Amino acid sequence: MKPSRATTVTAGLLLVTCLVASLFTLRHIDRLRAGTSMQEVLYISSPKALKRLSLGYTGLLADIYWTRAVQYFGGQHHAGAQQYPLLAPLLEITTALDPHLTVAYEFGANFLAPRPPNGAGMPQRAVQLAEYGIRSNPSDWHLYYNLGFIYYMELKDYRGAADAFARGAQVPNAHPFLRIMAAQMAQHGGELAMARLLWATTYQSTGEDKVRANAAAHLRALQVDDDITNLEKLISVYREKTGHLPSGFADLQAAGMLRAVPVDPLGNPYQLMSGGRIEVRDPDDLPFIEKGTPLGYVAPRPKFLPSD
Amino acid sequence: MSARVGHIASNTFREAVRDRVLYNLIAFALLMSGAAILVGQISIGIERLVVVNLGLTAVSLFGVVIAIFIGIGLVSKEIEKRTLYTVLSRPVQRWEFIVGKFVGLAGTLAVNTFFMAIGVFVALLYVSHGLQAADGWILVALYFIVLQFLIITALALLFSSFSTPLFSALFAFCLFVIGSFADDLRGFAAMAQGAAGWLATGAAYLVPNFSSFNVISSVAHQQPVAAQLILSNTVYALVYVGMAISGAVLVFERRNLK
Repeated sequence: MKPSRATTVTAGLLLVTCLVASLFTLRHIDRLRAGTSMQEVLYISSPKALKRLSLGYTGLLADIYWTRAVQYFGGQHHAGAQQYPLLAPLLEITTALDPHLTVAYEFGANFLAPRPPNGAGMPQRAVQLAEYGIRSNPSDWHLYYNLGFIYYMELKDYRGAADAFARGAQVPNAHPFLRIMAAQMAQHGGELAMARLLWATTYQSTGEDKVRANAAAHLRALQVDDDITNLEKLISVYREKTGHLPSGFADLQAAGMLRAVPVDPLGNPYQLMSGGRIEVRDPDDLPFIEKGTPLGYVAPRPKFLPSD
Repeated sequence: MSARVGHIASNTFREAVRDRVLYNLIAFALLMSGAAILVGQISIGIERLVVVNLGLTAVSLFGVVIAIFIGIGLVSKEIEKRTLYTVLSRPVQRWEFIVGKFVGLAGTLAVNTFFMAIGVFVALLYVSHGLQAADGWILVALYFIVLQFLIITALALLFSSFSTPLFSALFAFCLFVIGSFADDLRGFAAMAQGAAGWLATGAAYLVPNFSSFNVISSVAHQQPVAAQLILSNTVYALVYVGMAISGAVLVFERRNLK
C-alpha cells in the first residue's frame, strides 16, 4: 500500500471511530445531564433581555421558544407531571418576543389552564396570557373566545366568561356565536348544554387539527356523561318500580324503558355493572369522561381518533 | 468610466464565485428543507411562520457574514497579492476601483439573496400548499435585507480601506450589532442630559439604523409594510452607502500604496 493511501485509510478509519465514539460519549453526557437542558431556559428569563439579544430577529426566537414550550409541556405531560413550573415563563417569553404569535395564546392558555394531568392547573396565568394576547391583538375574536372558555371551563366564572364573549362579539367579523354565548352564559351558566355549545363552537371555528381533535373528544365525553346520567335515572326509576336492580339492559327493554341497548359515541354498548353502575367498554378511547369509568381507573394521556 | 467600474465589479463577482461564496446556498437549502419537514413534527401551528422567520433570518445572517468577510478583504487582498498595482497602473481611478469592488460584492449578495428567496418561497409552498397575496410582503422584507447588505458592504469596504482585515471585521461586526440596537440607543440618548446627551444623540444618528430594516416578524404574520417606510429605508440606505463609499474613496485616495 502506498504511504498516501495508507494515510487516507488510517485517517478515514480514525474519523469513523471518533464519530461513533463521540455519539456514544454524547449519549452518556445526555444521561448525566437528564432534565437539565430546560433549566437553561431560565438563565435568561427576562423577555426584554432576550429581545435585545435577538438583534431584532425576534420572530425566529419566538418560534424557538414556542417550540420549547410545546416540547416542555409534551415532555412533562408524557411523564405524568403534576407541576409545570417553566411553562408560564416560557409562554410569557414567547409572546413577549412575538406578541402576534396567536397560536401561543390559543394553545398556551389551554396548556396552562386545565387541572393536571391534562394541563398545568394555572388558570389565572392562562387568563393573564389571554388578556395580554387580547391587548396585543385586539381585533382577533378567537382570543376573547379562548378567554371566555377558560373562565367557563376552568374557573367556573360565568360572569367573567359572559364578559369575555361580549367583548369578543364587539370585534368586527367576530363569530356570531360569541354574541349568543354571551347572552346564554348569563342564563344557563353551569349547564351541560352550555359546555356542549362551547366545544361545538371550538370544533367548528378552529383551523388547527389538534384543537379540533380535542374539541371532538370533549364533545364525546360530554355525550357519555349525559348518556350515563340519563341511564342511571332510568335504573333508579326501574328500581323504584320493581324493588330490585336490573340484571342487564334487557330488563329495561322488557319493562319498555329502553328500545335498544344504548351505545356510546364510538358505537360500543354501555355496560350495566352490578350495583346499577354504568361503565363504558373502553374508557381509554373516551378521554375526559367523568362518568362510566371502572372503580380506581386512572386515565392515561388523552388520545384522539384519526377521524377527528 | 462606467465600463471600468463594470469590469472591476464583474471581476469581483467572478472572484467571489470562484472563492465558493455561493456554496452557502447548499447550507441554506438544507436548513430550509430540514425546517419545512421537521417543524411540523416538533411544534404546533407555526410551520409557515418558521419557514418565513427562519428563512429570512438565515438570508440576513448569511448575507451579513458574507458582506463582512468578503468586504474586508476587497482592498487588503488586492494589496497583499499586489494585484492592485496592476489595476491602478492602467487608466483606472482609485475611486472607480472602490466603487467597482462595492458593486461587485453587492451584486454577489443580490444573486445569493435571489436564490435564497427562491428557497424560502419553495419551502413556503411546501408547508402552506399554496401562496397567498399577503406573502408578497416577504419580497419587501427581502428588499430591506438587501439594503442592509449594501450598508454593511459599504462599511466593510470603508474599514478595509484603512485598517487590517481583522480590525475591519471587528469594526463592521460591532457596527452591525450596535445598528441593530439603534432604537434603544436613541432611547438612551433621549434620556441623557447636556453634553453627554448631545454626544449620545450624535452617536445614535451616526450608526446605521438596522432596526428599521427588520420587518421579518411582521411579514411572517402577513402584515403589510407601509409604502412610506419602503421609500424612507431606500433613501436612508442609499444616503448611508453614499456616505460610507465617499469615506472609503477619500481614505483610499490619500493612502500611500508604495
